Amino acid sequence: MNVKTMKKQHIINKLFALVVLAGVVTSCGSSENSKGALGSDVASQAYVTPGEHDDFYAFMSGGFSGQISVYGLPSGRLFRVIPVFSQDPEKGYGYNEETKPMLETSFGFVPWDDAHHPELSQTNGVPDGRWIFINGNNTPRIARIDLKTFETAEIIEIPNSGGNHSSPFTTENSEYIVAGTRFSVPFPQKDVAIDTYKENFKGTLSFISVAEDGDMDVAFQVLLPGYDYDLAHAGKGKSHGWMFFTSYNTEEEHTLLEVNASQRDKDYIAAINWKKAEEYMAQGKFKEMPASYVDNHYDESKQMAFSDTRNTVKVLIPSECPGLVYFLPTPKSPHGVDVDPTGEFIVGNGKLSSDMSIHSFDKMIKAIEGEKFETTIDGIPVLQYEEVLSGIVAQPGLGPLHTEFDGKGNAYTSFFISSEIVKWNLETKEVLDRVPAYYSIGHLMIPGGDSKKPWGKYVVALNKITKDRFLPTGPELTQSAQLYDISGEKMKLILDFPTIGEPHYAQGIAAELIAPNSLKYYKLEDNNHPHAMKSPNDSRIVRDGNVVRVYMGAIRSHFTVDNLEGIKVGDKVYFHVTNLEQDWDVPHGFSVMGANNAELLIMPGQTETLLWEPQREGVYPFYCTDFCSALHQEMQGYARVSAKGATTELKWSLDE
Amino acid sequence: MKTPLKFLAFGLITLVVASCSTPTNKTEEAGAVADATPKGQASVVDDESAKNILQVAASSPDHTTLVAAVTAAQIEHVLVNAGPLTVFAPNNVAFEKLPAGTVENLLKPENKAQLATILTRHAAPGSYDVAALKKMVAKGRTLYMATGDYLEVTVDGDDVLINGCKIIGTINTSNGIINVVDQVILPK
Repeated sequence: MNVKTMKKQHIINKLFALVVLAGVVTSCGSSENSKGALGSDVASQAYVTPGEHDDFYAFMSGGFSGQISVYGLPSGRLFRVIPVFSQDPEKGYGYNEETKPMLETSFGFVPWDDAHHPELSQTNGVPDGRWIFINGNNTPRIARIDLKTFETAEIIEIPNSGGNHSSPFTTENSEYIVAGTRFSVPFPQKDVAIDTYKENFKGTLSFISVAEDGDMDVAFQVLLPGYDYDLAHAGKGKSHGWMFFTSYNTEEEHTLLEVNASQRDKDYIAAINWKKAEEYMAQGKFKEMPASYVDNHYDESKQMAFSDTRNTVKVLIPSECPGLVYFLPTPKSPHGVDVDPTGEFIVGNGKLSSDMSIHSFDKMIKAIEGEKFETTIDGIPVLQYEEVLSGIVAQPGLGPLHTEFDGKGNAYTSFFISSEIVKWNLETKEVLDRVPAYYSIGHLMIPGGDSKKPWGKYVVALNKITKDRFLPTGPELTQSAQLYDISGEKMKLILDFPTIGEPHYAQGIAAELIAPNSLKYYKLEDNNHPHAMKSPNDSRIVRDGNVVRVYMGAIRSHFTVDNLEGIKVGDKVYFHVTNLEQDWDVPHGFSVMGANNAELLIMPGQTETLLWEPQREGVYPFYCTDFCSALHQEMQGYARVSAKGATTELKWSLDE
Repeated sequence: MKTPLKFLAFGLITLVVASCSTPTNKTEEAGAVADATPKGQASVVDDESAKNILQVAASSPDHTTLVAAVTAAQIEHVLVNAGPLTVFAPNNVAFEKLPAGTVENLLKPENKAQLATILTRHAAPGSYDVAALKKMVAKGRTLYMATGDYLEVTVDGDDVLINGCKIIGTINTSNGIINVVDQVILPK
């Protein structure tokens, strides 16, 4: 919009305001309309009075920002961005010595990823608020975030994967979360001609076990044909024990997929019987394959991350494991596969299909028992479409991507091309309502909407394009979420709000399942960081060759040593800064001039380490970067840097 | 000129709406406004963190008069803020040393401002325990209080005195330091 048209718009707005004002004035006399303006004021439904809390947490993927952002619903207020796969200078994540190992992979340090699908851990099929998982798409990884601290606790790399997209969907008790490869790749990886795709490329579907304490491990992989595996969801209730993955490019093409992967009428939903897989694993029917992948843990007691390299992975081959995998034909390049709260309906969102195919779990079991197979691919029976189909939703919209449920027998599907949400009935397959999304909705989210017990009050649209919805900010515009009230028969848009990065998918959960467990500070007595300080008296500087370690405390409003001398050019200076506070919401920051690094942001009771390699002689200030107290601006110090080989004595002091 | 016009327009709309409202609506609106007033930090519920100055004082049976005075002067929020703050806290005995009726008089609502000034004169920005105060004397530094006054710090043997009032105990808190004093500090 140029200035001229903006001015024009401004005038139009003003005129509009006048008309509205006139409306208010004229309606003044009529008693039945006196509350009309308020009654239609949808903003009040999303309004949370200052000082009050939201009913729900919403965890939105940051998409290509690699992070997770945490919002409140219904207000749409942003609370926190949790650094996961990307370095975050604001929090020092991936910059400080403690968290650098979190971003290690078999390719070395990878400081970014594309994070798509957050997934809350579940107990009995209901989100339980312990952890949230999220996939890294590009360099295949899964992260686990601890919802007591809202920090990334573990990142595990997925071997034999070419892009971890259909991930990390959970089983009913988070026995497993899954990781299906979007891009098939040579198995095992090797240097081959790309046009040998059909011969050499395979897809793996990985099952990642989650231990009682959250620890993730690649339990096994299932080797499948070289399709693209898109999304997944676990069975629930009667279908507990099954996991469903969508696939596209069953054409097994390797170039111009835009055209070549849309040739067949139907692709497949792969139904994996993971209880059966467990039996095969127990019987030793797996192949132990060499694989190199890294598992990074943040140790809360030591307050630092450690990387472990793993060298093998267990693989199940369907042709050797009858009953492990079945294919359900589904039109056409399906994106989401969504299982309703009862576990009966398996919704295939065929993104290029004019109708939506809804499969029945009961019919699927019957078809398996009756061996209603149309063919077999690599030992995998393909069930007959009609034998597994519950019904179709005819012509519901264009480009169905993803469906969630309200727990009242209704499904809500996002349509990218027609840019809308369509509400339909699971039993009758009848369309009940539709609302536009502004614009080009991808996923949608109902809090608990992919679980056994949705909180069916709101649906959030996660939109890819906003164009004119907000004030423009140059060529790159915000992406957005839109909140709709779904408590009535008709969906009602009540709020637009901008999001961090691309809000690819999201999860929502009742606030009371998380808020009471939120940690206020780390206890100093439990701080087992090898370079922690427990009291201001532990302040010191230690030199070992060219490694200088500064043990420094931070407490309102000073550093426990603030004059440092004897550092030399060429030294590697590690500032081990311990926040000695034991009080809620009192972080301290730390930064030093010229450091080729980010700041530290240290929570109360925590120790973090900044590496500084001073390059020039001189005296350099350091200071607290987080406004901690009334005398925050006084929270500073100086580090003297002498020439390489100088005889300046190592010395530290405070108020000498 | 744009902004004043906008304000004017807003005012007009408010007038229109207000004049339209039924009495019931008005009550609701007033209620909503009252609810919308942010609560002070003193009302934050946190029984996990280390105790702050107000929490420590409130849990001490020797400081009931001080806490009552702080509440009457409505300066609780100052004592729970991030600080750091050093409070020279007269105990109950110290208040009893004042002429009869002084405390009762100061607690009257009409004397709130005077009471607030007196109490604030007992608080210094910064963290000063006894060792820091002794260093202050040795280095010839000053003790600047939140009211803008400078108080006299003296050392008598092992004792530290503030305007002649003796420090008889020191407690570290999450947001600063409480030095218990045996008299109410009055301007010299």
